[in-house]
Amino acid sequence: MDIIHILFWCLSALALFAAIMVLVSKNPVHSVLWLIVVFFAISGHYILLNAQFLAIVNLIVYAGAIMVLFLFVIMLMNLNAEADPQKNSWMKIIGVVTGGLLLTMLVSAARSSSDIASKTATLKVGDIGLIQNLGKTLFTDYAVPFEISSVLFLSAMVGAVVIGKKD
Amino acid sequence: MPIQYYITLASILFCIGVTGALTRRNAIIIFMCIELMLNAVNLLLVAFSKMPFAVLPNSTAAAGTDAQLFVFFIMVVAAAEVSVGLAIIVMMYRNVHSIDVNFLNRLKN
Repeated sequence: MDIIHILFWCLSALALFAAIMVLVSKNPVHSVLWLIVVFFAISGHYILLNAQFLAIVNLIVYAGAIMVLFLFVIMLMNLNAEADPQKNSWMKIIGVVTGGLLLTMLVSAARSSSDIASKTATLKVGDIGLIQNLGKTLFTDYAVPFEISSVLFLSAMVGAVVIGKKD
Repeated sequence: MPIQYYITLASILFCIGVTGALTRRNAIIIFMCIELMLNAVNLLLVAFSKMPFAVLPNSTAAAGTDAQLFVFFIMVVAAAEVSVGLAIIVMMYRNVHSIDVNFLNRLKN
C-alpha cells in the first residue's frame, strides 16, 4: 500500500463525504462550499491519473468561476435564513430509495461485467493528459467543435443578458 | 488501480446527485446536484482514458486524448449552461420571490 493508494482512498472518502454534505446542509452557502470541496477532491483524482490540464481547468472553471457565480446568486437572493420550507418526508424517502436503486443497478452491472474485471487505470504514468498533446489534438482534429463551442459561449452570454435584463 | 473502483466511485457520486435533485426543493441546490452529476461523469471519462488500450490493434501513444478533450467540452457546455440557468433562476426569484420548485411548477405566471 503505497502513497498513491492512500491518496486515492483519502480523496475518494473526501469526495463522498463532501457530496453527502452538499445534500444535507440546510444553508445553501454551506452547500456551495462543500461542492467546492468535492471539486478539489476530483481535481486530486485527475492529478493522480496524470491528467494535469483537466485538473487545473477543473479548479479554474468549476471551483473558481462557476461556484463563485453560485455564491453571488445566493447572496443576491439573501437565502441564508431560509431552510427548506416544506418538510415533505415522503418525497425524501422516495428520492433516497430511487437513488439507492439506481446505484445498486449501476454497481451490479459494473461488477458483473467480465470485460472490465481485470482492467486497471494506470496512475502516474502516460503523457496524454499534458497540455501539449491535448492542444495538438484540440487544434487539429477538434478544431470545428472548438469553434462551435465559442459560438455556444457567445449565444449563452447573449441569452444570459437578455434573460437577466430588467424590463 | 482497478477500473472498478473508479466506476463505483463515479456511480456513487452520480447517485448522490440524483438523490439530491429528487429530494431538495431549492432550485439552486438542484442545479448544484446537476453539476455534481456532470463531474462524476467527467471523472469516469478520465479514468477510462487511462485504461491500457491493448485490445486495439492500431492504438497509438495519443490514444485517450479524445476522452480528455470530451471532458474539456463537457466543462465548456457546463459553464454556458450555468450562466443561462442562473439567469433564469434570478429572473424567477424576481417574479415569484421564491426559488422553491414547488411554487415554480407552472411556467405561466
